Amino acid sequence: MITEFIQFSLTPILIGILAGISCAIPGNFLILKSQALIGDAISHVVLPGIVVAFIFTGVISTIPMLLGAAGAAIVAVLLIEIIKRLGKIEPGAAMGVVFTGMFAFGVLILEQTDTSKVHLDVEHALMGNLESLIWLKAEGWESLFDRDALSTLPDELFRITLVCGLILFLTLIFWRWLKIVTFDEEYAKTIGIRSSLISFSLVIITAIAAVAAFESVGSIIVIAMFICPPAAARLMTNKLSTQVIWSIFFATLSAIFGYIIAGYGPHWFGGENAVSAAGMIAVFSGIILMLTCLYGPYRESVGQKKV
Amino acid sequence: MSSMSDNTNTSKITPPNSALEIQGLTVSYGDKTAIFSVDANFPKASMSAIIGPNGAGKSTLLKSVIGVQPKLSGQINIFGNPIKNNLKKIAYVPQRVSVDWDFPTNVMDVVQMGLYRQVGLLGRMRGKQTSIAMECLDRVGMADLWQQQIGQLSGGQQQRVFLARALAQDAEIYLLDEPFSGVDAATERAIIDVLKSLKSKNKSVIAVHHDLATVRDYFDYVLMINIKNIAEGLINETFTNENLQSTYGGKLELAHAEELSVSIDRTTT
Amino acid sequence: MNTFVQAMLFQAGYNVALVTIGAILLGVAAGSAGTFLFLRKRALVSDAIAHATLPGVGIAFIIMTWLGGDGRSILGLLCGSAITALVGLIIIEWIPRRTRLPEDAAIGSVLGVFFGAGIVLLTVIQTMSSGRQAGLESFLLGSTAGMLFEDAVVIAIGGFLSILGIWIARRPLTIVAFDKDYAISMGYDIRKIDLLMMGLVLGVTVIGMKLVGLILIVAMLIIPAVTARFWSNRTDEVVIIAGFLGGLSGYMGAILSASAPSLPTGPIIVLIAILLFIVSLFLAPNRGVFSIFMQYRKTKSNIHRRQGLLTIAKGKDVVSPFTKKLLLNEGLQGLDGLTSKGKELITKIHIDENRWIAAKEIYPDKDMSKNYGIKFIEEILTMDELTNLDQYIKSQKFKSRSYDY
Repeated sequence: MITEFIQFSLTPILIGILAGISCAIPGNFLILKSQALIGDAISHVVLPGIVVAFIFTGVISTIPMLLGAAGAAIVAVLLIEIIKRLGKIEPGAAMGVVFTGMFAFGVLILEQTDTSKVHLDVEHALMGNLESLIWLKAEGWESLFDRDALSTLPDELFRITLVCGLILFLTLIFWRWLKIVTFDEEYAKTIGIRSSLISFSLVIITAIAAVAAFESVGSIIVIAMFICPPAAARLMTNKLSTQVIWSIFFATLSAIFGYIIAGYGPHWFGGENAVSAAGMIAVFSGIILMLTCLYGPYRESVGQKKV
Repeated sequence: MSSMSDNTNTSKITPPNSALEIQGLTVSYGDKTAIFSVDANFPKASMSAIIGPNGAGKSTLLKSVIGVQPKLSGQINIFGNPIKNNLKKIAYVPQRVSVDWDFPTNVMDVVQMGLYRQVGLLGRMRGKQTSIAMECLDRVGMADLWQQQIGQLSGGQQQRVFLARALAQDAEIYLLDEPFSGVDAATERAIIDVLKSLKSKNKSVIAVHHDLATVRDYFDYVLMINIKNIAEGLINETFTNENLQSTYGGKLELAHAEELSVSIDRTTT
Repeated sequence: MNTFVQAMLFQAGYNVALVTIGAILLGVAAGSAGTFLFLRKRALVSDAIAHATLPGVGIAFIIMTWLGGDGRSILGLLCGSAITALVGLIIIEWIPRRTRLPEDAAIGSVLGVFFGAGIVLLTVIQTMSSGRQAGLESFLLGSTAGMLFEDAVVIAIGGFLSILGIWIARRPLTIVAFDKDYAISMGYDIRKIDLLMMGLVLGVTVIGMKLVGLILIVAMLIIPAVTARFWSNRTDEVVIIAGFLGGLSGYMGAILSASAPSLPTGPIIVLIAILLFIVSLFLAPNRGVFSIFMQYRKTKSNIHRRQGLLTIAKGKDVVSPFTKKLLLNEGLQGLDGLTSKGKELITKIHIDENRWIAAKEIYPDKDMSKNYGIKFIEEILTMDELTNLDQYIKSQKFKSRSYDY
């Protein structure tokens, strides 16, 4: 039983937790800056990124795919910024134009390729493939100290650990700047902080989180992790640092319970097959948000919004 | 007849007495002029008001000085040197409505933001910084509320917190954008006391002001603009009915003007 | 090419003609309904609505299969998707009203969570015996192969009904989009009208999903509206232009994809819309990038020219290098002071300065000052107003004269 859990559930749950945390942390600042939907836009352009990467390299492997997705994310962010400024278009509409346009381009190119493997990859990128990230070599807890067994851990785990670590590190280092730029961007400029650089870096970090997370949990479900845990956390406290900690906790909770319910839930109802774990994690994060909306101690607004 | 700007007192202020000097500052939003070729020379160790009707470009002027709003042309000097690299001598108090007061933070946190430049990115907020912040809160009469969530403050209290944050910066020039807008009488009194104490410490205070009835009581110097310069100089010589008419044009309501001229007559005679 | 011309003229078979008509109607409906959303700054609500249809599709399929019917019946699937999209919409409206969370957070969470739930249901369906060939994936990316006759009929009728709905509700929708406060003062219930607007968007989304897929229908709602905004400043005109652009994209997309089987309808429609957007972004008069850039250069020169000449006239030195260069290049200033052309212009500017001062006195309610320094007042006032103004300046009443000429 334990061995089975370690083989089939431990790594996916860990990956789910780390992906959730990587998205939830920047999500806190994005929501406070009224940019919550930038994560949505970035997640959608992962598809064209993968497809273009395949066209260029002709091979289906992880690294070009990740680079393609990251490239597409950065192109999207730049295009949104350009269209917003040049055309004087409100951010939501600029995002809508860019990501749907890029998505359409991706689908068109995709239809031109016959390789079914690419189609499969696209489906994984959209819907996630958490369940397949298993650790067959594991024989029990002792495998955690066995170098041979450890070397067969899925690569995704290493990548997402790296990204999650990077995001935690940067958040701690730049905490003060992030906080002041999120609260009062103009004032931050007057005390010598390069506000626009900080804001742009936040979006780039968001893109990195989205790209790192999509290969395991699926790109569109990433959106739920960008928004639900930090939004729920916002209703639990009036202190920014506490809010970030709550969001990490909620992301973790969603990953654990979402995965377990997806894997074992159907059996409890007499079903035979597991359902999508990534989907269930998103649903679980939504349930947490709903509960905080109804009962969160700080769910009501206290101060007037910006005009 | 001579050019209008000749009846200002600009020439009286020589560099050692000048805090902030603006030459030919023009800002436009797209193809709309916000301010056109504004000159100003605010004296050191005094309290200056910037007045003009809505849309006259008062806030734009301040924002352009601190570099938040890009300018089309113009030069800005502080204490005789270009403003670039000297920005740390300025503390800016934005309009209260420019931020989200529902932000998850408290009074102490906001005031400590004024110390960010001093402590740097990674420097710890030590006891010294906390006591500076407390002292600044005390000066605006908010020491008791240091732990308060910012959203729970009244409009006047929010303005005081912003002022305390600027005080923490320990600057030479204080730029305030409508500091008395929407605040209670007690706060207005408290803020003006703090600003006067700054003046007595040789600091320069420049505020965008909208209440014409109090200009004479609060300030020593005034810049009147409406897109362009109308008049500039010491209050007694410049804050006249004639200049007010040119600044506000038909927008200065007659009733208001009469009330004002009474107050002007009262103080000048 | 032959098929292309045939398709263009609705001659490439009954089915193709029907799909083309459907695409046009859908484009018109999406373009005009999307405009109201865009003008209310809620473009991305459509994205949430679209994603929230997915669980409905899944639930409808499961229920219809359980009841022993055909799970793929399009009407059933559309009803299901409309129901969950409506639930999503209600949550989006509820969250910012009842909590401190902003609307974009509500949109994002509904989008992510409902889509997650949809994916869960799709995995359930895949394990059902009848679910393997359900073809529900086409709701994600649109029907790439030929469309069933039944689908085309539903899209055409639905598109027509949506346009009819928008036509009936056009007045309240336009007023609210144009000026919310004014609409409130006229006694309109904003919340109801917003719900009506989002209901129309929901209808368009549900109908269009089968043709272009749930992600690309968002494009058809947003892109024509944003494009149309470049061409007009009037709400009613923007709605009509957006409808036209949407219809044009639908028509072009449908015939292109009919003539080349490897070109899927949905993405082609969207890419044509994007093409129209790019052209408008750069070339539209007044609001296009090119026009704004030229305007900016002109404004900058006008301001520097005037500012420079006024400075020289006051006997001061021009500091700005840009101004110096401009005055030299335009032959206004020579090496030894103003040229005769420069002197002529400075007189004109002095007259204009006085006119601005006088105009503020006699036309206090006219909002002109935003053009000061950029235009001469004679470009703004009517002939009569100008004559009136000059008479005032000559009269004794005008005391604020500040320039002699």
